[in-house]
This record gives sequence, C-alpha cells and structure tokens, in this order.
Amino acid sequence: MIARLTADVPRRSLLLLAALLLIFLLLPIFVGDYLLTVLILILFFSYAGLAWNIMMGFAGQLSLGHALYVGLGAYTAAALYVHFGISPWLGLLAAVLIAALAGAFLGFLAFRFRIGGVYFAILTIAVAEFARVGFDHLSWTSGSAGLFLPVAQYAHNDLWHLRGHPVMFYYLLLVAIVLAIIASRLLLQSRIGYFWLAIREDEEAARSAGIDTFHYKMLAVVISAGMTAFAGVIFAFYYNNLFPEQVFNISQSILIILGPIIGGVGTLFGPLLGAFLLEFVAEGLRTLLEWLNIDLPGSNQIFFGLVLLLVVIAMPEGVWPWLARRLGLSERKR
Amino acid sequence: MQLDIYLNVAVGGILTGLVYGLMALGLSVIFGVVRVVNFAHGEMMTMAMYAAVTLFAAFHLDPLVMMIPIAVVMFALGYLLQVGLINSFITRPEHSQFLLLIAVAIIIVNALLIAFGPDAQNVQVAYAFDSFQVGPLIVDATKVYAAVAAIVVAAALFAFFRYTAVGTAIRACADNYTGALVVGLDVHRLYALTFGLGCACVGAAGCMLLLLFDVTPAVGPAYTLLAFVIVITGGMGSMPGALLGGMLVGFTEAISGLLFTPSAKSMFAFAILVVMLLFRPQGIMGKRTT
Repeated sequence: MIARLTADVPRRSLLLLAALLLIFLLLPIFVGDYLLTVLILILFFSYAGLAWNIMMGFAGQLSLGHALYVGLGAYTAAALYVHFGISPWLGLLAAVLIAALAGAFLGFLAFRFRIGGVYFAILTIAVAEFARVGFDHLSWTSGSAGLFLPVAQYAHNDLWHLRGHPVMFYYLLLVAIVLAIIASRLLLQSRIGYFWLAIREDEEAARSAGIDTFHYKMLAVVISAGMTAFAGVIFAFYYNNLFPEQVFNISQSILIILGPIIGGVGTLFGPLLGAFLLEFVAEGLRTLLEWLNIDLPGSNQIFFGLVLLLVVIAMPEGVWPWLARRLGLSERKR
Repeated sequence: MQLDIYLNVAVGGILTGLVYGLMALGLSVIFGVVRVVNFAHGEMMTMAMYAAVTLFAAFHLDPLVMMIPIAVVMFALGYLLQVGLINSFITRPEHSQFLLLIAVAIIIVNALLIAFGPDAQNVQVAYAFDSFQVGPLIVDATKVYAAVAAIVVAAALFAFFRYTAVGTAIRACADNYTGALVVGLDVHRLYALTFGLGCACVGAAGCMLLLLFDVTPAVGPAYTLLAFVIVITGGMGSMPGALLGGMLVGFTEAISGLLFTPSAKSMFAFAILVVMLLFRPQGIMGKRTT
C-alpha cells in the first residue's frame, strides 16, 4: 500500500512531507496555549476542507452546506454522551451513519433528477438551514438554548471519553488529517477516483462512457458527509457546547470551503495550505486592529470576503498549484 | 370564527408572498438571462432596506415613494457590478461565479454591520396600524399597499420584456447567447442592464418589505435563500412562476406560523422546496428540459 501511495511522488516531495509532519508533531511543545487553540482551529478546518474536497474537488459536486454534517455529527455524539454516557468513539459510529444517511438523502433527492450545479448547491444550503431550524426546536438536544457537555477536568487525558487537554485534540485532528490525505490519495488512484474525475470534467461524457454517474456521485456525498461527521464530534467535545445557530450556520459552511478554495480545489494539500493562510492572515489582521485600537465587529468578516474575492479573481486555481510549481513539486492537477 | 382566523392569516401570507415574489423575480430574471446565480440577492435587498430606513429617519420619506429613487440607485449598482466584475466571470466555471457573489455578499453584510450596528430597525409610517375590512376579512393596509406595489412593478417589468426592443433583445440573449452575438447584439451591455433590472426589482421589494418586517444586517442570507426556494418552486426563468411561488411560500409561512410556531416557519418553506424537487423538479411553471 505504501508503494502505491508513494508511486510517482518525487523524492523531494516525500522528504518535505516527512519534515512537515515532524514539525506538526513537535509544534505543541513549543507553542503557548493561545497559539495552540489557533492551530487546533486550523487543523479543524483543514480536516473539514479535505472532506469537502472529496465531493467538490474530486467529483465536482458543489456543497455549500457542509455545516449540516458537522452539526449532525456533533449533535449525535454529544447527545449520546450527555444522555446515556456513551463514549464519543461509539457515538462517532452513529454520527457517521447519520451524517452519511443525510448525505444520501440529499444526493438521492438531487441526483435522481440530475439536479446539478446551481440547484444542487442551493439544495445543500436549504437542507442545512432546515436542520438548523429543526434543531432549534428539538427539545431532546435542548433546542436553541444549546447542548452543554460536562466540562473537562484537565488532570489526565481520557481518550476514551475525549475529555482532556487541547493537546489531545490537536493530535487527534493531526492523525485524522494524515488519514484523510492518505484516503484521498488512495481514492484518487482507484477506479472510483478516476470515475469521479471523469464526472467532474464532463458528466455527459462520463455517462456515455458507461459510468453509473448516479452511483458514483452518491458515493462521493456519502463518503464526504461521513468524514465531516468526525470533525463535528471533535467540535462538540473540544468546545463542550453546541448551538444550532452556530454549528449549522451557513457561515460555518462557508468557512469550511474557504480553505480548500484558497489553497486549491481538488488538490491534496490545498485544504491544509488554505486553512493555514486564512487563519494566519486573520490572526495578523486581528493583531493589527488591536494594535491600532480599532474595534469594528465584522471587520474580520469583510476581510474574509475581500480575500475570497481576490483569490477567485486572481488565482482561480488556488495557491497550492502555484506554490507547487514554484517549489518544483508540481502535484499533477487531477 | 375559527375559519376567519385562518382566512385572515392566509390572505396576509399571500399578500406578503407577492412581495417575496417580486424579490425572487429579480433573481429569476438575472439567472434566466445572465445564467449567473446572484448569491448576494438578499444582501442587496438589505442594502435597499437600510437606504429606506435612513431616508425615513432623516426626512420622514415614505418607503413606498422612495422605492423609485432607491430602485434607480440599485439599478446603477447592479449595472456596475456586472460590468466591473461579473461579465469577466461569465465563461468561468459555475462554482467560481458562486464564490465571487458569496464574497460580495459577505462584504455587504459586514459593511452594513459596521455602518448600522446589529440592532433591528424599522419604519413607523402613519398608516402602520390601518386596516381594510371586507366582510369577515381584516387586512393590514401596509400589506395591501406593499402587494399592490409589487404587482405594479412586476407588471412594468413584464411589459418591458414583452413590448420594448431592448427587452426583446435581452430575451434573445437569454434564448441563445451565440445567436445574439451573431446578430450583433452587445451582449455584455444587455447583461449589465439585466443585472441592473434584477437589482432594481429587489431594491423595490426591499422598500415594500420594510413596511412589514424589521431589518438587521444579518437577514440577507435568509432572504437570498428564500428567493432561491421561490424561484425553484415557481420554475427557474419563469416570471409568473416567481410571483406564484412567492405567494405559495408566503401562504405556507403564514399558515405554518399559525399552526406551529413562527420561528419554525422557514422550515416549511424548505419543505416545499424538497417536495417540489421530489415531485416536480422543474417547478410550477417550468418546462421539463431533461
């Protein structure tokens, strides 16, 4: 499997990759608490971006409602834990199942009639919004008042119940990202991946070549949704509180997609790079505004908007393909 | 007695729905011609609503009168947006166009937040509490005026597309982009005109809606989504469909607000969308293409 993973990857890339992984493994030793929370945020959005990338980057189906799967995952695992004391790892199974079912429902609804592009994207927002309003009124999860998890004791890290120090979440997310990148690469090298790319490039042609596009698009949604559910579980147990207004919000969906778009849709490292750049510049801006003593709610968001605008206009392929060319590691655009 | 309540709520919902319909009409016209989904639609309406709030607070000008200058300004904004940004995106992939307009939407929402603060604002016109009584029906005057204004604007737009040379040219662009280029139409200018008209529509709708609802900077996305639901329900690209869809959504929201709880009303609008996509994906007035 390792041979397959590293096939036609230049040696330089492998070395850089190993160095990068080492840096990430050691980073928590050197950074303070504040920087650690920033890093966790970056890793969270990197992972969610990787999951989203499978649907949009590989299969070409634009989802603008990935907050749906984050929210479903978060609420499933948290509610099972709060009500029955079920470990989040068992809860994760239920969370993945529910998120995948939601994805399957959405995909079935859309792909059955070959609803694509615009309509599909709008449907994803609508279903996410539906869930947001629904959870606002669901008393089992305390509705809009929010669901709270018993606050963690930092004395020791309880991995089985996901109670512990932020560092634990950092490493969990790091492992998840590594697995997600490996899974993405294996998928891309498989029959499924080639079919996805064919669908992304020209659905009609893919159909006439005999690809069961309905089946493969469904597969993309279900895999992406299931993967995103894990991000939700981490979200719930890291923050210890959940509000429908927050997890299911459309701005959450947009934050998830900003990373891969800035980094490069359809690439393996774009989501990571994008999440990094975005958070890095946002932190910089926050510091600058604080230093200038300007307190404008919304200025950060305007900035996100402007960055998005600039990237879409000037670098429609994202930063990673450009950077990879510069570094001479051109990951073949797939 | 019981039935009266339902009837009153239903009529109120349908009247509100006509204004929704006009808002969605703007989106439908833009999508039908330019083939770009205006993801900043609700946000543009919020801009118009704030313009009307400001004019009302400063000079006590009625939003229904200010609707005309505001629509003109919105037309200019839309025209410039199309010329400056969107025209160069027409041949780009769909998700690129989406993201461009999402970026515009994010910027508008937060600029409004900075300019006006997060609190809800509204206008108190002199006729805010007037009502008309027809038999057992008691209808708010504001809703009647707003609905009449919506019908007038929609009719004007309809006439423009049907009977003027420019309107015909725009329809030609919508039908066949290459054909329109071949016969020498200035497609980019016509696109800009169309985008401007769509924005003027939503600007006017914003002024009317201000009589019925409060405005906060954050309401934009919800209205954008509502406009989508209406357009898909009514049938993409169909002008009467948008108005019909608007009435259906307004009616559903009002009745479900009465039967369940008003805060859950938008769930039912989405439910309509899902049911529609399941059973009639082309919309009420749409033609089946596949």
